[in-house]
Amino acid sequence: MLLTIRSLTKTFPGTKALDGVDFELAAGEVHALLGENGAGKSTLIKCLTGAFVRDAGVIMLEGEKISPSSTSEAQELGIGTVYQEVNLLTNLTVAQNLTFGNEPLRFGMVDRRAQLRQAEKMLEGYKLDIDVSRDLSTYSVAIRQIIAIARAVALSGKVLILDEPTASLDAREVETLFAVVRDLRDKGLGIVFVSHFLDQVFDLTDRVTVLRNGQNVITERTADLDRVQLIEHMLGHALKDDVVGHAKTHKAGGEWPELLKFDGFGRRGHIDPFDLSVGEGEVLGLAGLLGSGRTESAELMFGLAAAQNGAARDANGVLDLSSPRKAIAAGFGFAPEERKEDGIIADLSVPENIALAMQARRGWARPIPRAEQLRLAEAYIEKLDIRTSGPEQPVGDLSGGNQQKVVLARWLAMNPRFLILDEPTRGIDVGAHAEILRLIKQVTAEGMSILIISSELDELIAVADRVIVVRDRRHVAELTGSEITTDTIVRAIAAPDRDMTEVLA
Amino acid sequence: MNPRLYPLAATIAIFLLAWVICVTQFPYMLSTRVAGNLLTDNAYLGIVAVGMTVVILSGGIDLSVGSVIAFSGVFIAVMLRDTGLHPISVFAVLLVITTGFGAAMGWLIHSLAMPPFIVTLAGMFLARGVAYMLTIDSVPIDHAFYDLLDDAYYLMPGKGRLTLIGVLMLITVFFGIIVAHRTRFGASVFALGGGEATARLMGVKVGRTTILIYAFSGLMAGLSGIVFSVYTSSGYPLATVGTELTAIAAVVIGGTLLTGGAGFVFGTLIGVLTMGLIQTYIVFDGSLSSWWTKIIIGLLLLAFILLQKGLLRVTTARVAV
Amino acid sequence: MNALRRVTPQLLTLAALVALVTVFFPDFLRIEVVNGRLVGTTMDILKRGAPVGLLAVGMTLVIATRGIDLSVGTTMAITGAVAAWSITQGYGLGGALGLALLAGVAAGLWNGTLVAIFGIQPIVATLILMTSGRGIAQLVTEGRILTFSHEGMAFFGSGDVLGIPAPALLWVLTAAGVAFLMRGSALGMLIEAVGVNRAASALAGVNATVLLIAVYVASGLCAALAGIVATADIRGADANNAGLWLELDAILAVVIGGNSLMGGRFSIAASLLGALIIQTIDTGILLAGFPSEYNLVIKAGLVLIILVLQSPNLSHHWYALRRAAQSRRETAMASAKETGQ
Repeated sequence: MLLTIRSLTKTFPGTKALDGVDFELAAGEVHALLGENGAGKSTLIKCLTGAFVRDAGVIMLEGEKISPSSTSEAQELGIGTVYQEVNLLTNLTVAQNLTFGNEPLRFGMVDRRAQLRQAEKMLEGYKLDIDVSRDLSTYSVAIRQIIAIARAVALSGKVLILDEPTASLDAREVETLFAVVRDLRDKGLGIVFVSHFLDQVFDLTDRVTVLRNGQNVITERTADLDRVQLIEHMLGHALKDDVVGHAKTHKAGGEWPELLKFDGFGRRGHIDPFDLSVGEGEVLGLAGLLGSGRTESAELMFGLAAAQNGAARDANGVLDLSSPRKAIAAGFGFAPEERKEDGIIADLSVPENIALAMQARRGWARPIPRAEQLRLAEAYIEKLDIRTSGPEQPVGDLSGGNQQKVVLARWLAMNPRFLILDEPTRGIDVGAHAEILRLIKQVTAEGMSILIISSELDELIAVADRVIVVRDRRHVAELTGSEITTDTIVRAIAAPDRDMTEVLA
Repeated sequence: MNPRLYPLAATIAIFLLAWVICVTQFPYMLSTRVAGNLLTDNAYLGIVAVGMTVVILSGGIDLSVGSVIAFSGVFIAVMLRDTGLHPISVFAVLLVITTGFGAAMGWLIHSLAMPPFIVTLAGMFLARGVAYMLTIDSVPIDHAFYDLLDDAYYLMPGKGRLTLIGVLMLITVFFGIIVAHRTRFGASVFALGGGEATARLMGVKVGRTTILIYAFSGLMAGLSGIVFSVYTSSGYPLATVGTELTAIAAVVIGGTLLTGGAGFVFGTLIGVLTMGLIQTYIVFDGSLSSWWTKIIIGLLLLAFILLQKGLLRVTTARVAV
Repeated sequence: MNALRRVTPQLLTLAALVALVTVFFPDFLRIEVVNGRLVGTTMDILKRGAPVGLLAVGMTLVIATRGIDLSVGTTMAITGAVAAWSITQGYGLGGALGLALLAGVAAGLWNGTLVAIFGIQPIVATLILMTSGRGIAQLVTEGRILTFSHEGMAFFGSGDVLGIPAPALLWVLTAAGVAFLMRGSALGMLIEAVGVNRAASALAGVNATVLLIAVYVASGLCAALAGIVATADIRGADANNAGLWLELDAILAVVIGGNSLMGGRFSIAASLLGALIIQTIDTGILLAGFPSEYNLVIKAGLVLIILVLQSPNLSHHWYALRRAAQSRRETAMASAKETGQ
């Protein structure tokens, strides 16, 4: 075995990112590493490349125990990594990027001509016909990825980790990239391939390892799996029964008075135009893999990106959703997936964070009195069981789950008519998880409509009255009532070409 | 043309345009005398701007240089007055001090992870404070070696004087071009300016590089101080107040991106000369007031900052499509 | 209670400084009434500290949004020049003040637009006005020191109300007014939210763009007030020297006030204490017979201390220390309670 990882464990405050994960990589193999956000893929890779120090476990490269403490150390050991975005410096030339740190010197100065020759030599066999003396920024992302691979292979040459390398490539570019990867595999490199594009996983990889919540789910030969099985492993029964609670009785569609209607709502590069009607007090689920367009749908509805086509209407006419402020004015709310970047205001206290959206709507001249803020905070601290050492504690000091509850509280306090929750339960403990699902049911019973995006199918099945399946940036299926099962959702996500009627039949 | 060259091309075009305007109005400005004076008068600025270029290329800023120049002048003057040391040994000691001073600031920036702006602000106060503590008066330098330095020039055809300090500035610019564009250190500087996280991934030793960058700027400021003391034959703690801003302006007008990662040391030379040319024009004109210099430099700054911002948008937009 | 705890380090520093100066100069704290005016070194400090104090008010807001305004010194020069020019042109006191404030607003709008709409880094955006502003001021004064004799205008520099120097009163009132506006309305919290996390604030519906422009306008207005005081003080506008390098003192005052350059939580009172600390050092060094040259070195030392205190690399270290102190306090309180019962 080229690379062996045994019971790797890594804990962050509040979460166990990796919990005894095993992983093996053979020479001459492309091994897919799959899992939704928060499954532990990136933590595993960062432990491997020296960006994180593991808490426990063993990493062996060619039979030798290794503990890289920096990226460059991992590189010297033979582990090279190519990330989706931050790889190379776009402000330097291709040749400078390729030879960086190993520039040929002449009298202590960089020998430009030798540098170009060296760069061209490094690109040999990659079937690229480019001018290495030009800026990297003049080439497409696909070419940059291949250049990054060439650099990583030249520097390391044993293990190559490709972390979402195809996220911004088109089909033809992906094919070029894959030809390069297959070539390297045939030369005997071990390649770890992280991607959320299942077609590509089946196309390229020899084996698959799926992680979920920081644990191994399976490791299997790719050829022995089909799409449905694979998606089930990724999204399937992750929740314990005590979270989901008693079985839900789904109401049939059309029982809710219509609140909102999106007609042909879409934006190029984000999500194809879709029609969607939202009932009053309805829980809509948005299912799909990472990158399928589920978050993009929500961003469009909340005005984070302007819709190019279509319109949104309520009973009173067309709604202006061109910015978050306008969306909030229209009675929308949005708890984003990246709560640290887009959700919380880390330095502010819990009451201030909860009151923020309400304050923004009231305007600066009418402050919410402190007593009122505290009352609000106390109510939600109790209702959502937010663990703080006191109301003055900055939200940044809370655990991830408690931060999420603060963001939720911010929107619940606004009492919006339509609330979008993007992965509201990620990274929070079991008790809080059940609590949030119970809360969703409670507020919808009072008339609020909710759109919930989740990678946990069991969660969607438990709360959603209707599930929209998103694939390849399109809304491809709508399931209601008894149609909402793990099986139908998984098959709708998996079926690239199959007719949906057939799936539902 | 490579889009990266646009700002440099703009810089050179503006300089040539300014030169043509000057010459059509005052044909005498074509003479070697004016050219020689342009180099001599701006020698100290050109040298310190080379150091500033490297700092800005790395995404940093060094506010201390004006004070360091003043300190250097005072240090030299006081040492020559109070000790029997030869100017050359005083120069050597001075350069060690200013380089060490810069290195210390670089170390603080890296180890405290604080913005260069505020760290070098402290350096600015410190250097000028120490200069004041050495003397509060202007100390004349009276030394045979200085007379020698002052008189060292090459008489160009047309009686223009190519002075030693002017030549030293050109050599420094050449040296700066080598360091920034032809060494591994220079590549690391550009890498830091392109993004610290990526630079780290590519194997740049961030701490070491940061220390070296500010040490280099300190060295240049010390050298500039020596040149300034030759130019004025004195040391005065209140001298070169605000030179750091002039140097930053020269770097930006020279086509270097103020946020780092792109630019040319050669452009900085052109930037310095453009600013010098504007001043010369105003002197020649006689009726125009000196404040127009500041306003024009401000407008040029704005133009270049907007040009760079626009370029950034254009290149990213094209890649995205 | 919380507010008091926030400014405790600054208060202690100031108290220590005052004590130190008093040792060298026993009359430091003495205030006499001469011709119905309060006269004394402390009054002098309050008066001379006015420009930096005023600038620090606006700078505090700008820094709270993770920005910086390098142009306040030159804005002082411009507004001072405008005020002096309007007086000499016979626009009267009201016209002069109005035009000067308007110039301050214009400067702030310029900076704010570059930062909030064009997305240029604050330090870069405000550098433009910093470089060219003195040229604009000289354009107004036509390169001369534009003197005037107008008692109404001079009042802002050398007048007094109930014995208190007008500049001192002006900056204390401005600071109190702005602080009241910030904390009495929701502006303070919204500015802090934008400074900590602009993206999240915008997502919660905060109008971050308008707020950003507003803080630069506020900074311009404060600079205009400082410019009026400076001009009134010397009864003339000196485009070259008015407000020269005061932006650095203002930034220093804000930083000494414990406000983070990374934006977020701010305290105007603490910034003003910072301005007072700077002015006390200035005056104290003179009084104590030290050459004023020590001033800059001491400032450098202060910046260094603050840098170490604020460093993110050391912050977990301070955090641990704070926690330890807190738990000690809590156990002490608990035991005190027990003994009380």
